[in-house]
Amino acid sequence: MPLTDSLRDDILSSVPSLRAFAISLCGNADRADDLVQETLLRALANIDSFQPGSNLPAWLFTILRNLFRSDYRKRRREVEDAEGNYAKTLKTQPAQGAHLEFEEFRAALDKLPQDQREALILVGASGFSYEDAAMICGCAIGTIKSRVNRARSKLAALLYVDSAEDFGPDQTVRAVMGGSGG
Amino acid sequence: MSDLKSQASKNAAPGKHGGLSAEIQSRIGHQLRAIYDDVVRQGVPDRFVDLVRKLDGPATTPKAAESGNDNGQDDGRD
Repeated sequence: MPLTDSLRDDILSSVPSLRAFAISLCGNADRADDLVQETLLRALANIDSFQPGSNLPAWLFTILRNLFRSDYRKRRREVEDAEGNYAKTLKTQPAQGAHLEFEEFRAALDKLPQDQREALILVGASGFSYEDAAMICGCAIGTIKSRVNRARSKLAALLYVDSAEDFGPDQTVRAVMGGSGG
Repeated sequence: MSDLKSQASKNAAPGKHGGLSAEIQSRIGHQLRAIYDDVVRQGVPDRFVDLVRKLDGPATTPKAAESGNDNGQDDGRD
């Protein structure tokens, strides 16, 4: 599809939610904006492969997620080398104006496995259908559904169940899931 | 039976449909969107407006000489 002005406008109107998704993946606003920038460059360079009439936000989210995934693999090596320096950076996120409840929720979100967190954000916050989320993550719809369910159960266990500490999160999740078989 | 239900929600136990209680689901949904929308409300930072408006797509790049003026980008080489 040619890069018309209206297509540029459509891409721009996806930027706020791309940033929100990127921050939820990275946990770091600066790195998230770099990721968004890379996504936009990649999208503009490959705009020919975008099918007119298909879901532009989903296409952009897919690019962003793929970039994050490949970048993440590289960075994980750096983190191992840097002996926890990266983790320290994550903890010094400014908490200005944020409510304590938000902070607790954010901390709980951070404890989710990557796969579950992104599925939950895509469906629960970005407002994508299970179908679109599955396309973005390159997996089956059923996989997305189960990731979202596990994510919700784990959050509930971390945030809303008083005795969660006694079990440790994983066992609590299993208990919450009603032993639906691992 | 409604007693059982409210107890279940307190304990974040599975509801009838194998999921969490509606109350907890909605709390999670609300918090998720609050965090997300916090960023969405910041709008589009200028750096991205400039980038998306100015950058050419793949096919248009070689046609730079077509309109001959107003290219606007000076990268220091001619």
